[in-house]
Amino acid sequence: MAQQVAVEKAPTPKKKGGGIGKYKKWGYIFMIPFTVVFLVFQAWPLIQTFYYSVFEYFRSGLDYIGPNFVGLDNFASIFDFSKVNIFGLTYNTLVMWAIGFIPQIIISLLFAYWFTNVRLRLKCLGLFKTIIYMPNLIMASAFAMLIFSIFSDIGPVNDIIKIFNNGEPFRFLDYTYSTMGLVGLMNFMMWFGNTTILLMAAMMGINESVIEAAEIDGANSGQIFWKITLPLIRPILVYVLITSLIGGLQMYDVPQILTNGTGGPNFTTRTLIMYLSSNISGNPNYGLAGAISVVIFIICAALSLIVYYGFAADKTSREANKAAKAALKAEKRRGV
Amino acid sequence: MAKKDKNLPEVKSALQQPNGDPSMKPDHGLLIHRIVCYVVLTFFSILCLFFFYILIINSTREHNEITAGFSLIPGVSFVNNFVSAVTDATIPVVRGIINSLIIAGSSAILSIYFSAMTAYAIHVYDFKGKKFMFNFILIIMTIPTQLSALGLFTMCTDWHIRDTFIPLIVPSVAAPTVFFFMIQYMKSSLPLDIIEAARIDGSGEFRTFNTIVLPILKPALAVQAIFSFVASWNNYFVPGLILDSTENKTLPIMIAQLRGADFLKFDLGKVYMFIFIAIVPVMIVYFCLSKFIIAGVAVGGVKE
Repeated sequence: MAQQVAVEKAPTPKKKGGGIGKYKKWGYIFMIPFTVVFLVFQAWPLIQTFYYSVFEYFRSGLDYIGPNFVGLDNFASIFDFSKVNIFGLTYNTLVMWAIGFIPQIIISLLFAYWFTNVRLRLKCLGLFKTIIYMPNLIMASAFAMLIFSIFSDIGPVNDIIKIFNNGEPFRFLDYTYSTMGLVGLMNFMMWFGNTTILLMAAMMGINESVIEAAEIDGANSGQIFWKITLPLIRPILVYVLITSLIGGLQMYDVPQILTNGTGGPNFTTRTLIMYLSSNISGNPNYGLAGAISVVIFIICAALSLIVYYGFAADKTSREANKAAKAALKAEKRRGV
Repeated sequence: MAKKDKNLPEVKSALQQPNGDPSMKPDHGLLIHRIVCYVVLTFFSILCLFFFYILIINSTREHNEITAGFSLIPGVSFVNNFVSAVTDATIPVVRGIINSLIIAGSSAILSIYFSAMTAYAIHVYDFKGKKFMFNFILIIMTIPTQLSALGLFTMCTDWHIRDTFIPLIVPSVAAPTVFFFMIQYMKSSLPLDIIEAARIDGSGEFRTFNTIVLPILKPALAVQAIFSFVASWNNYFVPGLILDSTENKTLPIMIAQLRGADFLKFDLGKVYMFIFIAIVPVMIVYFCLSKFIIAGVAVGGVKE
């Protein structure tokens, strides 16, 4: 869901009704529910999470040890290569994200380009869009369970494999690459429709006359795509990349259900959030859970900053659009 | 919006035709290009539908039929599977549906009502800190909710509201993404003169919001209600931490339980039926409302 909403620059100040002093207080009153609930259910828990990151606080048997202040020990622990460490977890998470994201961005760019291409005039666009967006709304856990059933030893896919493999099933979840592949496939299916629609909206915003001018100058469709469309939608591409990356770092439902929480084979598909979750409810270690939350928070904050810079670059692309238009005008004047 | 999307290319091409360029371009190249497009699009559409097709087929077949082999033709055991799924003792799926409906329904209503209210505050009134609040809400939009999960979990334990629906429903009052959509919509479709007129007629601010503003926002409210409902309906992470007792579990937790059970010993017809129950109702609603939903996705993206 996070992917749907774009980040916008601060609104330009406007003169509006309600500037009259006596209505001012209503602005504050209407802000109360949001503010209170945010403080109680999001800000306070977040502060607590950060607080636990510097404490030793875990369950041993039936007893809880701590909380004892231990400084940065928890962070030392998650950065320690001899234990479960954040590098391995991040690697697993990012590889599975990339397996889904790379085909996703390629296919989405292609589809968005086709859907908005004036010359192609494809029919049934509404139907195609409806179908490819559909998996995005499916319950991820149920989808993972469905894929698990279909790719299980006695599932339909193995029914076919058995024909070619002397009756032996291929055990998808016994190998890292095939487990990661399945997770990537699901992520791809769930998100490429969404990305297509976002990129379509961006491509429809491109000034048609720029493309027409390029056509008149004899550019072929490949050149138009690489030299005009792609640079002009760069801000949206950055936005899609970063929001997808932030979403990818939160990957949980799909690998959790697919591997039954084991992150198997041999923890090679265990993601950051799976580890976080197992430290909250499975075998509680609040100190480690807090520390890992802090690290993910810092990564997400850094990535969000890039989005803002990406949108700062938006200005340059708009200028490019303007420059292109000016060139077009000049060309017309010259009578091309 | 959806209409516009669909018609735009056609309108443009219609406009182009009088310029008379079809004769200049070799038509067969275009034809081949089009065929390639349709083939690829059809392939990916089938990929999207294929797994769900298997799901629907297998939910109508008996365990023995499913293990005997794969089939594209539906069986006749749909009702049997349905009955055995809803009467299953270890996974009370009906209870799960009711719990999920309560949580997702209340979350959707709270999030659209209060997000509209927050957006209204920032859009209509001039008060100190308004700009700060706007930027602040945009920033918190990027913080993953999972990161506060530990704090939420311990807080709920301390306050004895764990294993209740409160920590799953109440936080939807502060939904930054819904807020953002609402304020975008207000910028384009909420004339401030109407509010002025209502004030002159002596309507209180709350009344104006509830009886005049909300009806204007109806299209945006509907789209966001759908998104909020679906997000909450599908949510597994936080409910999985908060809800312990069997009678409070939601549908995604039950699906996870299904995975935990020894799969090969299960009645597969029943397994597919459980997944069917979790997925297909949402699919049906989606196909009925897809126009609005897809338009909503496009609006959520940045437009120039």
